[in-house]
Amino acid sequence: MAVLSSPAPPSRRRREGLRALLWLSPWLAGIVLFFGYPLVATVYFSFHRYDLFTLEFIGLENYRYFFRDQRAHTAIGNTLWLVVFMVPAQVLFALGTAQLLTKLKRGAGFFRTVFYLPSLVPLVAGTVSFVFLMNPSSGPVNQFLAFLGIDAPDWFGDPSWSKPGLTMLALWGIGNTMVIFLAALLDVPKHLYEAAAIDGAKAWRQFRSITLPMISPVLMFSAVTGVIYALQYFTQAMVASRVAAGVTDSPGTSFVPGYPGESTLTLPQWLFHQGFRDFTMGYASVLALVLFAASLALTLLLLRQFRAFTDTER
Amino acid sequence: MSLTITPPAQNSRRPAPPTPRGMRARRTLHWIAVHSLAIALAIMFVGPLVFVALTALMTDSQALTSTLWPESWNWGNFAEVLERSPLLLWLGNTLMYAGLATVFMLLSSIPVAYALSKFRFRGRNLAFFLVISAMMLPPQVVAVPIYLLWARAELTGTLWPLIIPMLLGDAYSIFLLRQFLMTIPREYTEAARVDGCSDFTTLIRVVLPMARPAIAAVALFQFFYCWNDYYGPLLYASTEEANWTLSIGLASFRALHSVQWNLTMAATLLVIAPVLIVFFLAQRVFIEGVTLTGVKG
Repeated sequence: MAVLSSPAPPSRRRREGLRALLWLSPWLAGIVLFFGYPLVATVYFSFHRYDLFTLEFIGLENYRYFFRDQRAHTAIGNTLWLVVFMVPAQVLFALGTAQLLTKLKRGAGFFRTVFYLPSLVPLVAGTVSFVFLMNPSSGPVNQFLAFLGIDAPDWFGDPSWSKPGLTMLALWGIGNTMVIFLAALLDVPKHLYEAAAIDGAKAWRQFRSITLPMISPVLMFSAVTGVIYALQYFTQAMVASRVAAGVTDSPGTSFVPGYPGESTLTLPQWLFHQGFRDFTMGYASVLALVLFAASLALTLLLLRQFRAFTDTER
Repeated sequence: MSLTITPPAQNSRRPAPPTPRGMRARRTLHWIAVHSLAIALAIMFVGPLVFVALTALMTDSQALTSTLWPESWNWGNFAEVLERSPLLLWLGNTLMYAGLATVFMLLSSIPVAYALSKFRFRGRNLAFFLVISAMMLPPQVVAVPIYLLWARAELTGTLWPLIIPMLLGDAYSIFLLRQFLMTIPREYTEAARVDGCSDFTTLIRVVLPMARPAIAAVALFQFFYCWNDYYGPLLYASTEEANWTLSIGLASFRALHSVQWNLTMAATLLVIAPVLIVFFLAQRVFIEGVTLTGVKG
């Protein structure tokens, strides 16, 4: 620990600790109120039946129901699909576009802005746009595919094509990841490539033996955060299914998310529906704990990446 | 951290060896291939926005057909959107949510990031660990008890449950600000202390002026986050149509008004446009901020 080797005398450190506590206290109160308490309360509610009015202890019943709940299993399956297909596709595509940007000799700034732009489009607006662009009757995407002689699917209306449709939307908005990769790629020392070129290494070999190892921490970081965000996947799926099905967000609409079929139902949406539309809050707490366990495991993985610089004091 | 793209310095250091004609031809081909790929990708990235804009200008009857180019430019569609939906009300709610949340976030998060980066104390790493944990925690995990808190305070149905917590700090902003403040050498703050500045004056006089770019980036991110937020307003405000934000309104727009795609796209464009305008005005701030989110400190 850097703390032990620091030159400051202990009394000064203690004073600084008190001052820090003073500065941190509002935030610490926030952590207790919006992080600590709700986590404990979620565990407590998970053993109860709770509908906002009556609270009844039912032991492990909610947990038993989780293992019988087909929709929860579908939701977890869909989330896994996103982790296995969407996240790697995003990372690879972002890496590819970043790599391409480093190769451009003309207009690199222009192309960077253009590639980055879609990631600024508000999620809801982007999703509504894609439901339109990929609609089977008047959407330009399917017309283009028809022009090529391809029989295009009814993307957001077809259970087997809705997730690929959402993946297209995700690829469109990779701008942030791309910019991070671009910065990492430009940080790779040029002389490494020059030395490799003298040794006769071709482009692919250079990429594999120099680029990949040099940027692997950034790559790893993006992959793990990508998976964490995939676990939280909510807005795009919710909006796409509502717009495609033609259902509003108004109260009283008994719309089960996941349209078409249950193909876009993810765990957070099912939690939302159980907790805040059906008000089965005890069971929603169980779903929340499942989500928590998965993201905690991934966050710990991420923290190992971070340890490198939390211990270094400047 | 600068992102100016310098062309790969192939052969620029060493005197270029005499290149045979075949090699030069290959390099030209490579140049063409790379640039055509970039142009193709650019079309794919911009295409959706172009088609949204084109459709937004079509007549109702044309929006039903498969023609892609508007027969006549119906600028009146935007006026019709404003007439048929309370878009301006949603805009006002969104601005209130985003504006207050951003101001509150800055007031609460800058001091925390300052203390985390400039004070030495036991538990500093633990505190940073807490920041990252809070940042990575999916908001849905703790939603049930927090919702119940706000229900007890009778604030569900409004946007306040999303604004008030910003007074107690936002983990993501604290993280970004802390990453930036760590790069300011400690000598500056130490010198201010030696000169008799209190912690507070050191923050105001020394740290804030140096951290201006990071603060601008974090404020922009927060504002955009709120502008785009769908989950939060859906959770708390969807039961009160008077408190809807643009994202809730837009998601319901097509079903609510059972309108054609042209008006839906016009509404979509109205939501996208401000974001793009702000981006072009503050592009530097933005891209520097994004690099801040990478792993480098």
